[in-house]
Amino acid sequence: MSAAKLQSNPAVKKPKNEKWNRYWESVKYAFHVMTHPFDGFWDLVHEKRGTIAAATTFLVLFLVTRVLKLMYTNFQFISAPLQYINVFEQAASLLFPFLILCVANWSLTTLFDGKGRFSDIYMAMCYALVPYVIIQLPLVFVSNIIAFDEAAFYTVLMTFSIVWSLLLAFVGLMQVHDYGPGKTIIFLIVTVVGALIIIFLILVFLSLLSDALSYFVSLYREIAFRLY
Amino acid sequence: MKMMHRLLALLTIIIMMAGFSSAYAADDGYPTSYTYNYDYWGDVRESPDAYRVDTVLYSSGLGLEVAMKTPQSMFVRDNDIYVCDTGNNRLLQIRLKSKGYELVRIIDTVAGSDIPTFNTPSDVFVDEEGTIYVCDTNNGRVVKMDKDLNFIQEFVKPTDATYDQSLSFLPSKLVVDSSGRVFVLATNVNKGLVKFESDGTFTGYIGANKVTYNIAEYIWKMYFTTKEQRAQQESFVPTEYYNIYMDDESFIYATNVSFDEYDLLWDNAQPIRRLNGIGNDILIKNDRYPPIGELYWVEGSDAYGPSKLVDITVLENDIYVAVDRTRGRIFGYDSQGIMLWAFGTTGNQEGAFNSAIAIDHMGKNLIVLDQNEANLTIFTPTEYGNLIFDASEAYLNGDYDGSADLWEEVLKLNANYNLAFIGIGRSLMRQEKYPEAMEYFKMAHDRDNYGRAFRQYRKIWVEENIGWMVAALAAVMIIPLVIKTVKKTRWEVEAYERSQIAK
Repeated sequence: MSAAKLQSNPAVKKPKNEKWNRYWESVKYAFHVMTHPFDGFWDLVHEKRGTIAAATTFLVLFLVTRVLKLMYTNFQFISAPLQYINVFEQAASLLFPFLILCVANWSLTTLFDGKGRFSDIYMAMCYALVPYVIIQLPLVFVSNIIAFDEAAFYTVLMTFSIVWSLLLAFVGLMQVHDYGPGKTIIFLIVTVVGALIIIFLILVFLSLLSDALSYFVSLYREIAFRLY
Repeated sequence: MKMMHRLLALLTIIIMMAGFSSAYAADDGYPTSYTYNYDYWGDVRESPDAYRVDTVLYSSGLGLEVAMKTPQSMFVRDNDIYVCDTGNNRLLQIRLKSKGYELVRIIDTVAGSDIPTFNTPSDVFVDEEGTIYVCDTNNGRVVKMDKDLNFIQEFVKPTDATYDQSLSFLPSKLVVDSSGRVFVLATNVNKGLVKFESDGTFTGYIGANKVTYNIAEYIWKMYFTTKEQRAQQESFVPTEYYNIYMDDESFIYATNVSFDEYDLLWDNAQPIRRLNGIGNDILIKNDRYPPIGELYWVEGSDAYGPSKLVDITVLENDIYVAVDRTRGRIFGYDSQGIMLWAFGTTGNQEGAFNSAIAIDHMGKNLIVLDQNEANLTIFTPTEYGNLIFDASEAYLNGDYDGSADLWEEVLKLNANYNLAFIGIGRSLMRQEKYPEAMEYFKMAHDRDNYGRAFRQYRKIWVEENIGWMVAALAAVMIIPLVIKTVKKTRWEVEAYERSQIAK
């Protein structure tokens, strides 16, 4: 009965299903990107194989992994002063640099004939985080079943995940902007400088804003004192 | 009724005062010596006092007609304290008798020597027979005399080619090993300790500091300065030690106060060293923080900068104690380089120092010499201090369970004491109580031992649970196989049926 109803009313249900399918496909596509970065990143952007939703999922997973790692890795392998750690602070301290780097890269590469739009850069960077998540997340569990003198196994995998992610980020930027490797390296360095400038501007803006606010607050106080 | 009110008020005041007094002074009324420990994170954790002032010896109390003047060093043999009263060119021998500390004699002449007096004696050593060795600095010699002060021999400037003859020989500190070899720390000599055989012949240097320089400095000097400029700048030279001490096994402990602050960070400065016969540093450092004295200091505080460990002494069981002149603070470390306690401060009250210059021990008592105040402070261990010593000793003697009991006592007095957690954990591990041991090791952040206990625990756990684990594994492998087979069979049956229908 219900099946028949579903089929009789395809216009309502089908797009949602299709959306989900597309999302799921783009999530699964991360594995292809990991193993075939050059083709993978090209198709990710130019063949629209990736979605922003999937990319954001990976970013969230990355932050969650980081926090879980701090909290649940066995103390033999990490020295995190849990009594001082604020998980939101930890997550934010990764999220904001990540976003600022994306913005800095976008704002510089658009000036120097980079092909990528901001959403492309964001997507590529997020997809590059996947190896970190899928290696480090199980490692949090593994750290609780291995002893300190077996740490070599743990550290090798951890280093491997980070190197893999960095390589993917590099290749990703290369493919998104259609740059050569040399130009990508130059722009990585320039991006860092750009990120520093952005941070500087934010700080200047905030301090000016607080000055302006305090001016109006004192103005209000002065008036209030005079009136009463 | 009024009476009752007054009584009540009085009672409240008494209770309040009792509360206050117990909060601000130690329960037994003694002044505190500000003892603390570092926890795993390097934060200061206050602890009960490990040592307290027993007595302070002043010149007047000892009955000296001429007061001590800038004493530089001190040596303890059995119940005798030998003090180098440098400013008065003499030595003092003070003995612990049943009534207390008494001055035995003043040593200011050497019978039978060409130069019968001392000129700024800066260190003294006394061997087991009572033979006295004195660093007679400005006379350029080390004097050896018997216990009745008769001259035996002197060690003077080596005539060897390796010794720069343009430099005068200014011995400042010395130690003597059991076979009578003399190791002298001389001012202006940066090749290490000057070594003399017992017959007075010079046989070389041991334990030179490594030359330290950083890469930027090196590149600057080698490629961006002319030869003339380079000749004017100081060359890379190894630093000199500040003080030395010889332990019972004839290893020399040396302290070093001239280093750059940033060298402490990765333990490149190594302010405390234990030198073996060929002069290599063999100090064991098994703690997260190396034995460097104070770990952190606050910009602008009156005691800014790294610890200047001006003297060191070694107690039983390789427990070594160094004194920091900057803060008037005493740091004790065990044989593994783990800090036992730190206490003391600068100031004028008893147990505080103005300019601590030397430390030695008599049994478990610590004696600290203050240069400007010209007094000796004698510390005795408290119950807490003694418990720590006893527990370490019991462990080293192989009495693990006994040591665990003592560590339990320590924990009752100081719940932040990492060594106690490790000690109990080790005992539990020996009793094969692995989960409990793991808990204790985790408290102390002891990864090595935790790992060891965990391996054993894991082994037992796997042995106990191997049955269902194999079953689960088998299930994981077999069930899909079964499902696959069933599906395949069903599909074949259906295909057959279809073909039948099609026919």
